Amino acid sequence: MILTILCAAALAGAAAEDRQQIAVMQETPAIEGDAGRGEALYQRRCGACHSIDQNRVGPMHRNTYGSKAGSVENFAYSKALDELDVVWNEASLDAWLQNPSAMAPGTRMGFRLTDEQERADIIAYLRTVSEQGEAETN
Amino acid sequence: MHSQQILSKEKVSRRGFMGRGTTATLSVAGLSVLSGGAFSMASRKGAKEDPAADAGLINTALSLEHEGIAAYQIAAESGFLDDAVLQVGILFQSHHKGHRDELIKSVRELGGIPVEAKSIGEYATALGADQLKSQADILQLAIGLELGAANAYLGVIPSLNDQEYGHLFARLAADEAMHWTALKGAVGEALPQNALYFG
Repeated sequence: MILTILCAAALAGAAAEDRQQIAVMQETPAIEGDAGRGEALYQRRCGACHSIDQNRVGPMHRNTYGSKAGSVENFAYSKALDELDVVWNEASLDAWLQNPSAMAPGTRMGFRLTDEQERADIIAYLRTVSEQGEAETN
Repeated sequence: MHSQQILSKEKVSRRGFMGRGTTATLSVAGLSVLSGGAFSMASRKGAKEDPAADAGLINTALSLEHEGIAAYQIAAESGFLDDAVLQVGILFQSHHKGHRDELIKSVRELGGIPVEAKSIGEYATALGADQLKSQADILQLAIGLELGAANAYLGVIPSLNDQEYGHLFARLAADEAMHWTALKGAVGEALPQNALYFG
């Protein structure tokens, strides 16, 4: 019984630590992104699996910025993404691109983008195309 | 795609490529629906604590290879390719089929269910095949996909638990870089000035 309580406490502590880690990771990046550079980088870094307007290996990205994780229609997400309670913004996308598995263990996306400036540029591009998509909808 | 980078069909020759094609014929890609991966968590010698996580990541790579095989199939059936380019396309497609088979084996080793290919029609839509109007268009699409694939493999390596699969992904990335380099040479585009271009 005591062992069970200790284990439960340890697991709860670990889970809290994980959440804290994600919270720390999700700070808004200090670097400013350039959407123009981000467009070219998007093709090089993301283009194997993603397109702006087509679901492929990964989901389309037209309206990703500002939307909830796992919400693109007609794309079969992993359980990890279905359950990820995150809205995509600078901070969450930056954390995601640094290490998707840390943010959503079990995700099928393992690609890590280590360069901070490249992350900022790609996020700026995703924000631009999402805002364009929203403007066209309205 | 930048129009100024597109060379005419006539400028692309067999000599422009770094390898020679095979005379094998292309088979029609399998038609099946993408399925999810339910993992039995079977153990694999050398696998670390989370085989299902590695199997999921390898399945994503398998999806990428299915798409690559389909892309070369669409190109081959387009009618835009001259014979020299077609032969090289057949060779590259055979490499992607080799990648596919190795990835299927890896997913099974980890107790996972390999993801199946979608229909050629679905890939054609996803890749914007209706926008391809020339051999040059097709080569630019291939250049983009091969570059993306090389970068994708390199970017996933740190997320894999088992370094044996990390080694496999590095080898796959090298093949994609080889394709990219050959295609860049075929269209007469310069190679990067800076080191560490990939990854």
